[in-house]
Amino acid sequence: MSSLLALLFPPSTTRNMELSADVLIILASAAIIFYLTRWHRWKYLWREWLTTVDHKKIGIMYLIAAVTMLFRGGTDALLLRAQLAVPNNHLLGPLHYDEIFTTHGTIMIFFMAMPLIFAMFNIAIPLMIGSRDVAFPRLNAISFWLFAFAAFLFNISFVIGGSPNAGWTAYPPLTELAFNPGVGQNYYLMALVVTGLGTTATGINFLVTILRMRAPGMTLMRMPMFAWTTLVTSVLILFAFPPLTVAMVLTLFDRLFGTAFFTIGRGGMPMMYVNLFWLFGHPEVYILVLPSFGIFSEVVATFSRKKLFGYSTMVYSVLAITFLSYGTWVHHFFTMGAGAAVNVFFGLSTILIAIPTGIKIFNWIFTMWNGRIKMTVAMMWALAFIPTFVVGGATGVMLGAVPGDYQFHNSYFLIAHFHNVIIGGTVFGLMSGVYYWWPKVTGRLLNERQGKWAFWLFFLGFWLTFMPQYALGFMGMTRRMYTYSHGFGWSSLNLISTIGAFVMGAGFVVMVYNFVWSQIHGEIDVTGDPWNGRTLEWSTPSPAPEYNFARIPVVTDRDAWWAMKQEQKTNVVQIKPQEITDIELPKSSGIPFLMGLSFFVFSVGMVFSWWWIAGAGFLGFVVCMLVGTFDYDDHKEVPRQEIQNTESAFGRLQG
Amino acid sequence: MNLPVEPDSTAKLPLEFTDNHESLKILGFWSFLATDLLLFASLFAVYAVYQSRVGMQGPSPDQLFKLGPAVVETLLLLTSSFTCGLAVYQMRRNHKRGTIIWLAVTLLLGVGFVTTEVREFVSYIAMGDSWHHSAFLSAFFTLVGTHGAHVTFGILWAITLIIQLMGRGLTTVTTRKMYMFALYWHFLDIIWVFIFTVVYLSGKI
Ligand code: HEM
Ligand SMILES: [Cu+2]
Repeated sequence: MSSLLALLFPPSTTRNMELSADVLIILASAAIIFYLTRWHRWKYLWREWLTTVDHKKIGIMYLIAAVTMLFRGGTDALLLRAQLAVPNNHLLGPLHYDEIFTTHGTIMIFFMAMPLIFAMFNIAIPLMIGSRDVAFPRLNAISFWLFAFAAFLFNISFVIGGSPNAGWTAYPPLTELAFNPGVGQNYYLMALVVTGLGTTATGINFLVTILRMRAPGMTLMRMPMFAWTTLVTSVLILFAFPPLTVAMVLTLFDRLFGTAFFTIGRGGMPMMYVNLFWLFGHPEVYILVLPSFGIFSEVVATFSRKKLFGYSTMVYSVLAITFLSYGTWVHHFFTMGAGAAVNVFFGLSTILIAIPTGIKIFNWIFTMWNGRIKMTVAMMWALAFIPTFVVGGATGVMLGAVPGDYQFHNSYFLIAHFHNVIIGGTVFGLMSGVYYWWPKVTGRLLNERQGKWAFWLFFLGFWLTFMPQYALGFMGMTRRMYTYSHGFGWSSLNLISTIGAFVMGAGFVVMVYNFVWSQIHGEIDVTGDPWNGRTLEWSTPSPAPEYNFARIPVVTDRDAWWAMKQEQKTNVVQIKPQEITDIELPKSSGIPFLMGLSFFVFSVGMVFSWWWIAGAGFLGFVVCMLVGTFDYDDHKEVPRQEIQNTESAFGRLQG
Repeated sequence: MNLPVEPDSTAKLPLEFTDNHESLKILGFWSFLATDLLLFASLFAVYAVYQSRVGMQGPSPDQLFKLGPAVVETLLLLTSSFTCGLAVYQMRRNHKRGTIIWLAVTLLLGVGFVTTEVREFVSYIAMGDSWHHSAFLSAFFTLVGTHGAHVTFGILWAITLIIQLMGRGLTTVTTRKMYMFALYWHFLDIIWVFIFTVVYLSGKI
């Protein structure tokens, strides 16, 4: 019994900070359970959300999960910055600091940015290409639940069992059992494997959706730019995640079963891990940023009231980036001594990527040129992206120059670089997308004034946080150090950086307030087309009915909805009662949720080496698969009368 | 979801491609095979680097491998790929019984493969060469074991398929599942050919 307690609650989980988190978690869970029971919401929750296979609802769930994870990752970030605010600080000890930067990085990449990207895919893509759903709705729900349970698994580590602490890259020998006992690192490995499976399934799903389910007339070169970047991102996912899975599983084998993959004594090589990890890792940074490139293209064109400039060069530069991104991974470890020839090759390929990226920046600028620009919050995020990303890209080129990298590697210069591209590129883009598509999924507009406050706080906070870090890098401050002494001259820059971080935190709070306020008081979007949009999603009502389109639109032009508006043909979205037919839709299913739960149970068993629990989880998975394969009844018909009622309520019936 | 398909263009298509839903799944399965291929590629890369890293006291690939079981496994799996092809052939000719019989033969050959492989592994472990001992052994057992686990999954899949074929006959859904199974099975066969050459043959030279 006492050994079980020691396993579940090692000393790192009984510090004051963790204990107060325990209290908060228990209170919050109790409040949620009370609310659901008191208002009889369990059934509703199960029927409408936990079992849904509707891409719009799945998108909303991704969105909520991602914002929650942004809160957790952001809290970690503020703790890190608070620790570094002044020299010789002892808010966090060294081990505590290690744990928090590990969870910060892992959560931000895998459990915040990725799901937010998938939220955008789910919310926009099927509507944008004129489809009633994704290719594999049930698989889509499975992806979500694998992600959600993996995120849950990862997040409980710090209160039960102990947090991982080897950084988001988790290099051996830091992760070897001999140097890193306890279960924390197992949490990291299992969570990444499980969410990686879900991500791969999402990649397959959107690849097939975009290749095969576009509305008639929408050729590849007539697709909205966001559909292009989603397509390419899906391909990147399919090719990037297997090496990650292998790296994670092999580390897990080393830790749980005593294999010798990365332990030097028996012939293993830590460098093997590093190569596998970055073979995934560099394409991953493009998985993170390409969707945002797509969002910018939509937002900039819409709010400049112009066609996207240089559409086909955009497409080709996205394809070039995809291709090149597989040939650059070694730039993450130039200093590990692969030799001059290897380093030169990878240095050049890295710097080459700047060319297609630069082309895209110019395209966005020329799109705005002479446009009638409307300064909505979505547009402001898009505009803010340009200077921010340019600085990030330029410092990336500096890092890609091998001799330079020997100086900058693993310093605060690197930290500033990747935050510059990931926040300035990925996060700004996703925020732009959230403000842009919010009315489409919720039916209400986000309040613009609050949105602008959130934007300015976040944007200024960003520059205040990260610009000093470039200087700190030059001054010799290395990453992942938990404190520093007075004499280095780093104190004032660190303090500024911490202040900036708290300004960003304030921006986040205002943004969440903005979301909640607008859901209650926000202006209702009656037209379905609040921005005078260009692509098909704006031809549907907000929120779109379950079947998206009563009749699949026929596309004749690149900006399909814009063209219909120009030719005064918007009445094509109205349907005559006699033209309505029954619509076949996928049926809700409990299997995806139970599948996620099985993986969760399996993972807990693996983390603690409780094989019988792992076996039970595996069995659950097998049962879900069997039930799924014998379940032929996965579709339902929406009767035409129901469609007629819905359409007439939207005022979309002709005659 | 229901894109209009020209009626006469579907007439010549095999059954599993005539329904749009089902043919989407086939494309999805191809994409899955692509990522699975990358998974094996990563494991092959690990193995290629580690095959010479045998630790302090070995064994080396040359000392470890017995070609006998590997040849038997190869013959069993290659034959099963052929019988799997026959099953699809029978399916295309709309012979339910033939499909099921050849699928069952495929399944049995698969069972033979897995049993031989397990016995091969057990014999290595009995000599004290388990995957703890060196990076080479870890990589060997993981690469070949991952393939073996795939085959095992395939066998279970084939069983559920036979049940569905018996109960439902050859419909767009069951033929699609059968076709996907065949893709999977041939894929594993190709992977095995690489394992046989990269692991066993080149280990013996
Ligand atoms: C012009 C484009 C870019 C170039 C030339 C570039 C170059 C580099 C180089 C050379 C490094 C390694 C530095 C070192 O470890 O010493 C690096 C690190 C990194 N970059 Fe970039 N990069 C570019 C764009 C991006 C983008 C778009 C993202 C993400 C959206 C990104 C995310 C990262 C991350 C996460 C790391 C560091 C990871 C770590 O070590 O923890 N980069 N970049
Ligand atoms: Cu990189």
